[in-house]
Amino acid sequence: MKLPIYMDYHATTPVDPRVVDAMLPYFSGRFGNAASRNHAFGWEAEDAVEAARRQVADLVGANAKEIIFTSGATESNNLAIKGVAEMYREKGNHVITCVTEHKAVIDTCKKLEKQGGRVTYLPVQKDGRIDLDDLRAAITDKTILITIMTANNEIGVLQPVAEIGAIAKEKGILFHTDAVQAVGKVPFNVNEAKVDLVSMSAHKIYGPKGVGALYVRRRNPRVLLAEQISGGGHERGMRSGTLNVPGIVGLGQAAAIAQAEMATEGERLRTLRDRLNKKLHANLDELYINGSMEHRLPHNLNVSFAYVEGESLLMGINDVAVSSGSACTSASLEPSYVLKALGAGDDLAHSSIRFGLGRWTTEEEVDYVVDKLTTVVRRLREMSPLYEMVKEGVDLSKMQWVTH
Amino acid sequence: MAYSNKVIDHYEHPRNVGSLPKDDTNVGTGLVGAPECGDVMKLQVKVNPDTGVIDDAKFKTFGCGSAIASSSLATEWLKGKTVDQALAIKNTDIVAELSLPPVKIHCSVLAEDAIKAAIADYKKKQSEAKGETTVEQPSQPIA
Repeated sequence: MKLPIYMDYHATTPVDPRVVDAMLPYFSGRFGNAASRNHAFGWEAEDAVEAARRQVADLVGANAKEIIFTSGATESNNLAIKGVAEMYREKGNHVITCVTEHKAVIDTCKKLEKQGGRVTYLPVQKDGRIDLDDLRAAITDKTILITIMTANNEIGVLQPVAEIGAIAKEKGILFHTDAVQAVGKVPFNVNEAKVDLVSMSAHKIYGPKGVGALYVRRRNPRVLLAEQISGGGHERGMRSGTLNVPGIVGLGQAAAIAQAEMATEGERLRTLRDRLNKKLHANLDELYINGSMEHRLPHNLNVSFAYVEGESLLMGINDVAVSSGSACTSASLEPSYVLKALGAGDDLAHSSIRFGLGRWTTEEEVDYVVDKLTTVVRRLREMSPLYEMVKEGVDLSKMQWVTH
Repeated sequence: MAYSNKVIDHYEHPRNVGSLPKDDTNVGTGLVGAPECGDVMKLQVKVNPDTGVIDDAKFKTFGCGSAIASSSLATEWLKGKTVDQALAIKNTDIVAELSLPPVKIHCSVLAEDAIKAAIADYKKKQSEAKGETTVEQPSQPIA
């Protein structure tokens, strides 16, 4: 077992060696521009891109013509939301999204609002999922887009995508989903989910950073997007710019591997995640799982360790890489807005740790992390005035705190 | 975020973790911060009423490494100081000693607040013990 241990697979993933192997020829030998139509350098690059396009399409049950390549999911999210808002502005200017979306979606929506658009941010229930009745009630005759993520990056919770898709279809509204954390991890099919736009990222599925994809439906309905990057008209006029051939080849290979190994890998990681969860609960009291365990990615766990602050926890397990929803760990000193949306209370947000297991996580690593965490949590609780007060029978919720 | 060696040292080997008897008239307890903010410090001092010297100090902190280090350092500095010397400790001294980055300066401010709150609590208890009317004090949390 090698230290430090990486358990932050939601943040990023190492590139699978098989993906690196697939990419390498396209850096030096087959270095052509895929848009060079008149010579073999271009043709072989184009062939590689089209093969990758099919691999990505297969992963989500789409037609290759419906996949366009971008610089990553942030760009895909921007393109989907801004592209629809611009293209369909005669039809309406209202977008429905959710408070727990990734910043790439939320900040894009905020930009639309600054430009005169209207956005509804649906709340989530305690389990982290939206209420479908809230969605129905929010729809107006000016609504042109619903954008709700398939799986949340912090708490791993799965939204009821197929039901949302059914509502969107019924009302004739386009449905975009940020499926970055779901694609390649759990089965996802664009027709079963009834989605029109899907954002994907390579570096979350053991591919390279700097490349992603956007699924854009071509039939029933044909979705039109206003380009956000102008230029040579690449990617069917939807996204100009010379294609990142090695990156795209990598994304394709990563998608193919994910599709082949999803079922067995998913089960293996679920078992490890459940082991982590069970052992932590066996050792420690006052633990709170953030978000639904039933509708959740198999490799995610997000736990609050009451009365212990997240950053101090991370310092104590300094040979384990995980992340926390604590304000102290963020550049903005704001606690996680996703955890706040669950209604848990800021104190539990400050005490939360996110575990993302992945392809190279082992049982040995899980056991090591449990032991280390147990020791650190116990030590920090001994140092915690809150734990002391609770043990003395003080009701913390009734305290009047003296703040600066 | 890179921590200074001193912050790491205080985190790995915190000084004076624990509690002093709250009801002792020579013990002042300061409880500052709030769980919603991610920072709560309890700082206690035991003062020799004849000499006005702080004989013992203890702390407990819910907070990040810098918060823990700031309060641990505070207890180290308090021991052996008089009450007036303790009130002169400034958060900027803590920042300098621990090399706290700008984003962690508020931890040192909270530690300074904790010191002042503990001293204020001690003085309040002393004057109450002597039957004097209470003087204007910063408010303490009501349990």
